Amino acid sequence: MIDIISEYGGLLIAALGQTLLLALLGLFFACIIGVIFGIMSVVKNKVLNVIARIFVDVIRGIPMIVLAFFIFFGVPMFCNTILHLPDKVTLSGLQAGVICLALNCGAYMAEIIRAGVQAVDIGQMEAARSLGMSYSKAMAKVIMPQAIKIMIPSIINQFIITLKDTSILSVIGFPELVNTAKNIIAINFQSFQVWAIVAVMYLIVILILSRLSKILERRLSYGEHRRKDER
Amino acid sequence: MKKKLAIALSAVMLAGLIAGCGGGNNSNSSSAASASSASSAAAESKETEKKTEDTAKAETSSGKKWSIATDTVFKPFEYTDADGNFVGIDVDILAAVAEDQGFDYELNSLGWDASIAACQAGQADGMIAGASITDERKESGWIFSDPYYDATQCMAVAKDSAIKSFDDLKGKLVAVKTGTQGASYAESLQDEFEFEITYLEDSPTMYQTVSGGQADACFEDTPIMAASIKDGDLALQIVDGSENEGSPYGLAIFNEDNQEFLDLFNAGLANIKKNGKYDEILAKYLG
Repeated sequence: MIDIISEYGGLLIAALGQTLLLALLGLFFACIIGVIFGIMSVVKNKVLNVIARIFVDVIRGIPMIVLAFFIFFGVPMFCNTILHLPDKVTLSGLQAGVICLALNCGAYMAEIIRAGVQAVDIGQMEAARSLGMSYSKAMAKVIMPQAIKIMIPSIINQFIITLKDTSILSVIGFPELVNTAKNIIAINFQSFQVWAIVAVMYLIVILILSRLSKILERRLSYGEHRRKDER
Repeated sequence: MKKKLAIALSAVMLAGLIAGCGGGNNSNSSSAASASSASSAAAESKETEKKTEDTAKAETSSGKKWSIATDTVFKPFEYTDADGNFVGIDVDILAAVAEDQGFDYELNSLGWDASIAACQAGQADGMIAGASITDERKESGWIFSDPYYDATQCMAVAKDSAIKSFDDLKGKLVAVKTGTQGASYAESLQDEFEFEITYLEDSPTMYQTVSGGQADACFEDTPIMAASIKDGDLALQIVDGSENEGSPYGLAIFNEDNQEFLDLFNAGLANIKKNGKYDEILAKYLG
């Protein structure tokens, strides 16, 4: 085990770096997509609601591995051979991976945001409106802050799931942790040791993320829960 | 107190039940396998996505059913034809050798990496998947049979590609299949010709990255590349002069205990080469 770590440690750390890069980029765009479609699904406009609904249903209905192949192979092939676009369209592993993660995570985030907003008591909106606030002001100043607090655990959960989903992108050849592990095993045939190391690497990263989320949650709900020593 | 005792006792009983069942299953699986081999020899063998069962005829020398793993798509050595049958040179050679030597076997199409893993874990006894016999592999624990086919590795590019030699690879992306001789060949050239490598799991995906433009070249075994281009309307071409010295293919085992199978295979291979069955198989697939 130790000699594997010393010999391939650098490779694995580099691969972990690629994994984190992919996850961070994916999550960044996923947040944007999630917020856009999330807001679209809660506003009063029926058309926007339907568009958001379709987006979420389509993306949630496709397994991520299928989405990955589709974006990496299918879309360029469609553009090049069926549409015959002038410039040859091609996506790099990173580009396709980020798009895939952003879409997938974004769809789930949209649902989380919708659920979070709808979980805020309807009385809040009524009270805000009766105080004279416009719809958008009420959303921004009253509803959203409360909704965000509700959403945080689910969002962190989704972040963790997305980080683990980066492993799916090994099938398009992106040099993340699982792909690199497979190559190492192809050289030294030490399945158990390498996969154990990789599992621990993912575990450590995700545990750190979970701890951070716990701290964040505690900060945001300061004063809301009765502490044990109080009565 | 009584309630807690009751719960504790039932938990212990449950644990004992599960352990008992699990242990029993492990020892029963080998006898179940031999029972199922007898029944499947009688019944029609069903084709599922990953498994194809080919059982040989009556006389078995040791009575053991050998579990052999192979790749999913590696035309013409193993692949699924238009009618959904799992065929290929490896499949036919194994069948011919089994008939000649009179042993029972089961051929599972797991994929390249998965076959190696299965052999090492003991889930498969050996693998026949167009695996090249090399010294590095022998040192890593591969035990090979006698060679049954000579092959080199080559580089293939898209039909309209400007790459004509290794020098044109500078700064480009090359697709390879994990753990193969093609991958080793590419890695050996990487520093000299300065290109990046991306690793895919199977041959079709590797070809697609080149024909789709995601990668600029791929390295594959020459007979496989030639056959796939000819039959599959693959928009690739082999780059002239890119072939290496190559090495022959062999059936591989990873556990010395299975040497008996290797001896059976070698004997059978010698026989089918002598009686012309081998040439028949090659002619069928290579024309």
